[in-house]
Amino acid sequence: MRDLLKFIHDRYRYPLILLGAMVVTDFKLRYQASLLGYLWTLLRPLAIFSILYVVFASFLKIGAGVPYFPVYLLFGIVLWGFFNESTTQGLASLVGRADLLRKIRFPRYVVVLSVGGSVLIGFVLNMLVIVLFMIILQVPVRLEVLWLPLLFVELVALSISLAFFLSALYVRFRDINYIWDVIMQAAFYAVPILYPLTLVPAKYARFLVLNPMAQIIQDARYVLITDQTQTISQLFGTPWARAIPVGITLVLAVTSVIYFRRRSSSFAEEA
Amino acid sequence: MAQPIIQVRGVCKEFLLPHLRHTTIKSRVLNMFRETRTMEVQTALRDIGFDVQPGEFLGVVGRNGSGKSTLLKILAGIYMPTSGDVTVTGKLVPFIELGVGFNPELTGRENVYLNGALLGFSKSEVDSMYEDIVAFAELEGYMDQKLKNYSSGMQVRIAFSVATRAQADILVIDEVLAVGDAAFQRKCYEHFRALKKSDTTIVFVTHDMGAVRQFCDRAILLEDCRIAADGSAEHVAARYTELFNPRPSVEPGVSTKRKGSGAIRYTRVDVASTLFEDGVLTLDLEVQADKDLDEVAYGFLIKNSSGAPVLGTNSVLKKQLLGGLNKGDRVRVVWTVPNVFSDGLYRVDLTITDFKGLAVYDWWEEAASFTAVKDEKTPYLVTPATSLEVSAIE
Repeated sequence: MRDLLKFIHDRYRYPLILLGAMVVTDFKLRYQASLLGYLWTLLRPLAIFSILYVVFASFLKIGAGVPYFPVYLLFGIVLWGFFNESTTQGLASLVGRADLLRKIRFPRYVVVLSVGGSVLIGFVLNMLVIVLFMIILQVPVRLEVLWLPLLFVELVALSISLAFFLSALYVRFRDINYIWDVIMQAAFYAVPILYPLTLVPAKYARFLVLNPMAQIIQDARYVLITDQTQTISQLFGTPWARAIPVGITLVLAVTSVIYFRRRSSSFAEEA
Repeated sequence: MAQPIIQVRGVCKEFLLPHLRHTTIKSRVLNMFRETRTMEVQTALRDIGFDVQPGEFLGVVGRNGSGKSTLLKILAGIYMPTSGDVTVTGKLVPFIELGVGFNPELTGRENVYLNGALLGFSKSEVDSMYEDIVAFAELEGYMDQKLKNYSSGMQVRIAFSVATRAQADILVIDEVLAVGDAAFQRKCYEHFRALKKSDTTIVFVTHDMGAVRQFCDRAILLEDCRIAADGSAEHVAARYTELFNPRPSVEPGVSTKRKGSGAIRYTRVDVASTLFEDGVLTLDLEVQADKDLDEVAYGFLIKNSSGAPVLGTNSVLKKQLLGGLNKGDRVRVVWTVPNVFSDGLYRVDLTITDFKGLAVYDWWEEAASFTAVKDEKTPYLVTPATSLEVSAIE
């Protein structure tokens, strides 16, 4: 047991130190020259949320049937924001740190994880805004909320796996960023972020919710905001339907890790 | 012999030329059915093999593009060799250049912590050595400024100061000393000397043969992606110098850098190839006249390895107005020159003209060369014998 701990310590000490330093640096640099600094992490989702709320809730009256629709909407945007930022920034991470890759020997996954880490900090701050809104709107907290950490784990696993895969692919194929940009635009509307899933006819909704992001967002809203959220269990009539999006996430994770490891020795030359 | 700390066996490295690589899906699709093996391959290293013993200070020299940096990156584990093996038994410092990962937008202090992390130091470890790092860099009072406001010399100083903290068995250094003023370079060299004493193994790429001679136990010369020489620092440094200064031919008439009417020519040039500390440079020459001449002046010029004239004179400057010669006359001319030369390679130009230098009979550039060996290595043009006496004043 002590040997195992020592092995883990020796093996992961350097990557962890590096990871910490890179996350801190990244976060510092992001808000460096701005007047409001870190506050922007909170202000940005609030501003975006206000725009969307005015358009979708006030003008289009889309969320009329959903209780606590403002925070329901904001929560979806925050979850999507994490996925969007970690994959797009993760994609460019290896090429962006080519200077380090060419000069230092260190585990390459640290670069991708550091992007994930700094996006995660922003996500935690955003969650504080959500909690604030829940208090203002007096959203009751139910026991189901205990599922939330597991859903966050699925979200992080999905996002980071894709970040690994895309970043390694981008080293070889420099078209990936444009393609991914388009995919993300399309996915934003294919995932029920702005509209309640109940607006979509059930036969299409069943298809949409197989997307892990759709499943995560709907499940997270269900456990945290309101049980009036349509989830994959209701659409398929069984909670075990989750096996499909969760399975997709797992397959993605394994494929990404294998691909990343296989390619990582040539990042220094090609990035 | 002890187990080598670095073993390199049959290492080859090839790069695919980037403009022929499929970096976009479009080109991948367009070339899908073509034979992709026609891609052009650039060889950077070919069949490299050597050992480094623990505590050895190995210099790696060679022209630009000879593969030095590629070799270093392979040793450091940044590049993978295309074929062959590298075995390193010991902790290797993870970076090969100073100031890697420095961010101009961060302050000096933040960069110290970031660079420390790249070396594997946690925040609390950097905390405990922070004062020393700043003191060594002599940058107290600047640490809260952004790095972009530092001069490049200050940046190098702080980078080197952090790097000296690295705890590793093997250091791999790529031309770190190209920047920095003389005082900083001296500091670097002092640090190297200290490392050498502490039995750290160092692999060091440089173009500075003075540094190679001074620090390296052994050196490797890379030329055309191969090891062209492997041996004592002195030997390899001399080979390196030769690369840039092909040895002039000593046989009269062979050198192409020879002009003049030829009315009178040098027929024998005798110059010892090595000039030792206690020696005197003797240019022992023979000339033969092919025509009758009224006035003849002999001269010489000595240039160092970078081509800078060091000293020279001629018989007119020495006020020795020598008379004429008849056709067929042979004369022996002997110059003796005190050994004021700095350590290094020198070449000798020989001339025969009339008194005013208007008519050139024989002007022979690089007619001979010699190497001066001096214990006292100064960076200056000449190093005559000097003496120093220091005594207490009552």
